[in-house]
Amino acid sequence: MSAGPLPVAEPGGLAGHLDGFVRAVREAGIPVGISQAVDAAEILTVVDLLDREQLRHGLAAVLLQRAAQRPTYDVLFDLWWPLSDRPARPGHDTDPSDESGDGADSTLDLPDGGEDLAELMRAELLRLLADGDEEALRRLAREAVERLGRGQPSPSGQSFFSYRVMRALSPDTLVSRLLEGLLAGADRGGLAEQVARQTVRERLATFRAAIEAEVRRRTAAEKGRDKVAKNAVRPMADQVDFLRAQASDLAELRRAVAPLARRLAVRLSARRRLGRQGRLDFRKTVRASLATGGVPVVTHHRPRTVHKPELVVLCDVSGSVAGFSHFTLLLTQALREHFTGVRAFAFIDSTDEVTRFFRPGADVVDAVQRIGREADVVAFDGHSDYGNAFDVFADRWAGAVGPKTSLLVLGDGRTNYRPPGLPVLADLVRRSRSAHWLNPEPRRLWGSGDSAADRYGDVIDMVECRNAAQLAEFVTTL
Amino acid sequence: MPRPPTQFPQFSSVADVGKRLASAGYLPDAQISTTVFLADRLGKPLLVEGPAGTGKTELAKALATATGAELIRLQCYEGLDEARALYEWNYKKQLLRIQASQGTDGADWDTVHDDIFGEEFLLARPLLTAIRRTEPTVLLIDETDKADVEVEGLLLEVLSDFQVTIPELGTITATRRPLVVLTSNATRELSEALKRRCLYLALDYPSAEREREIVLSRVPDLAPGLADQLVRTVRALRALVLKKSPSISETLDWAQTLLELGLDTLDESAMRSTLGVILKHSSDQVRAAAELRLN
Repeated sequence: MSAGPLPVAEPGGLAGHLDGFVRAVREAGIPVGISQAVDAAEILTVVDLLDREQLRHGLAAVLLQRAAQRPTYDVLFDLWWPLSDRPARPGHDTDPSDESGDGADSTLDLPDGGEDLAELMRAELLRLLADGDEEALRRLAREAVERLGRGQPSPSGQSFFSYRVMRALSPDTLVSRLLEGLLAGADRGGLAEQVARQTVRERLATFRAAIEAEVRRRTAAEKGRDKVAKNAVRPMADQVDFLRAQASDLAELRRAVAPLARRLAVRLSARRRLGRQGRLDFRKTVRASLATGGVPVVTHHRPRTVHKPELVVLCDVSGSVAGFSHFTLLLTQALREHFTGVRAFAFIDSTDEVTRFFRPGADVVDAVQRIGREADVVAFDGHSDYGNAFDVFADRWAGAVGPKTSLLVLGDGRTNYRPPGLPVLADLVRRSRSAHWLNPEPRRLWGSGDSAADRYGDVIDMVECRNAAQLAEFVTTL
Repeated sequence: MPRPPTQFPQFSSVADVGKRLASAGYLPDAQISTTVFLADRLGKPLLVEGPAGTGKTELAKALATATGAELIRLQCYEGLDEARALYEWNYKKQLLRIQASQGTDGADWDTVHDDIFGEEFLLARPLLTAIRRTEPTVLLIDETDKADVEVEGLLLEVLSDFQVTIPELGTITATRRPLVVLTSNATRELSEALKRRCLYLALDYPSAEREREIVLSRVPDLAPGLADQLVRTVRALRALVLKKSPSISETLDWAQTLLELGLDTLDESAMRSTLGVILKHSSDQVRAAAELRLN
């Protein structure tokens, strides 16, 4: 595979180029089958190749299978089908408002370098942000990277840095002036300000994304796109490590949880449906009797309603697994909406029942905060103590785990070198119908340092659950 | 994969898709019109996935209007089976026929047998209806993710060859391939095999620009300034962690409500009194009121 700086350098022309792109998409973790690759080639014959956006959406329609794959795909598409350096006029723009925006032209006669340039661009940025014309913002971003983003030229080629642009333009300091403009004299502090803030946030995010895309494009042109593709592609939302998830990832993860809980609910109810037979289904029996001349030889029955499964969730909410427990509590809440038999317990160094915070219809974020505030999960110093937590649980809620109960323990198994309480846990496991432990740490770290995960693994089925994809996999095997 | 049935592309270009959908009351963005164009041109089913209320079903309806086709809808639910999706024999009528023939002498077994498994006793369900039609047809398979996995197998068979085999009647092949739109809320991952046969379109909430256009085209009497304020407020609501984010249709309902109430600006009191139009969970309402400082 060639890694040359020229955008189209592979042998085989367009087909070879497409092949390279498909391979890059595959390498980024998006499964693309052979038939899809063939379909992609067929797309090339149907869309208008001069229209970049048509090509982008057309290939996305055959190559992608989930919405979460789209951001990754877009980054790769921009690298493989880059805008040319000098877009005289983005001809594919169907956006009518674009015709009036002459932002790019007005910045062309700026002086070279220095404070003045940054100041002028800031003024232009302020105008465009207040205006909200996204296409003009993107044009300004391209221009800003060209003029402000250059690093020191080195033998390996010219580098471009987004932080240089952001430092020179410091768009975040424009927020208060933008708010004033958007509020247009309305009162601060109320609804109008909250709405305006959201608008400003969105537009700033657009601008930042445009800067990053342009830096990637230029770096790819200088140093070869394969190198950029490896570094620039962020993991997809369901591949993000729970323990390293940032606020923005959590928002994505949250969207993944609700379907997961529903899927689990469907799976459990499907098992219920497959249970033994119940009352006679008259219609089906008569229908089947036709085959035997009206004599009901085979009877058909309605499925019996079986009692609902009970689930007990025991969740570590200490600081070290904050991202993970937040996520699993979301799952608990979602499950509560489908099953009445879900009981949730949280622990740090003591255990308390938190089911009451997860009433159906309750707000999850609130619930998580209230657990920290109101639940009795800290007895001593606020560091995880699994031994004591299990003791308290087995002692105070002895009846919670019975032969119909599935037990789910969520935590990293890091005991701070305190007693792990193995016998208590083993007893709980023995009393339950099934028991699983979801551990957000990678398997190779189990048993290292103060982790008792390997020892717990001897008495309970311990499952590595580092990201939403693994959780989904676990749910389907449950 | 054979593609036997004749099929006439309905759209001449991507721009044509955009224009004709717009005249049917649906404002598509570049992604939607490109994917619809490809689905039409390549004769592949279109799988539209996205959160509730982003206009998935609406797209299928607009497609039917734009192409002058009839919309045939198969609503999926848990427990949907072949008899509801494909075809069923009208057994009550068959019973009557058998009993009626018992009185007459001449009716021998063969004629009765041939008789009760004829066209007259066949109840065509949406999939068979769509395949047998000779007029332009849009087949909407709504909320595919709600159906059981077995139905996916059935769909796979029908959508790849556009033919149905009825043991008593033989194989029925489509004379004119319908434009197929499948929708899904992604509550369950559809099988790889089904996804591979479809063109995938992920629909999310529209951009502010497009949503404003949608509001103004559907509620034309609304002042543009208010529409702008409305759309930005809805976007602020969608940025919150809510159980159910406001959908496009709820935005439209809200616009209509403001218009009916004769409100010309969306301030705290207006929003407090109309919050029920866009947020349908009380916990969401409490949260929105707190976050947007309504009190």
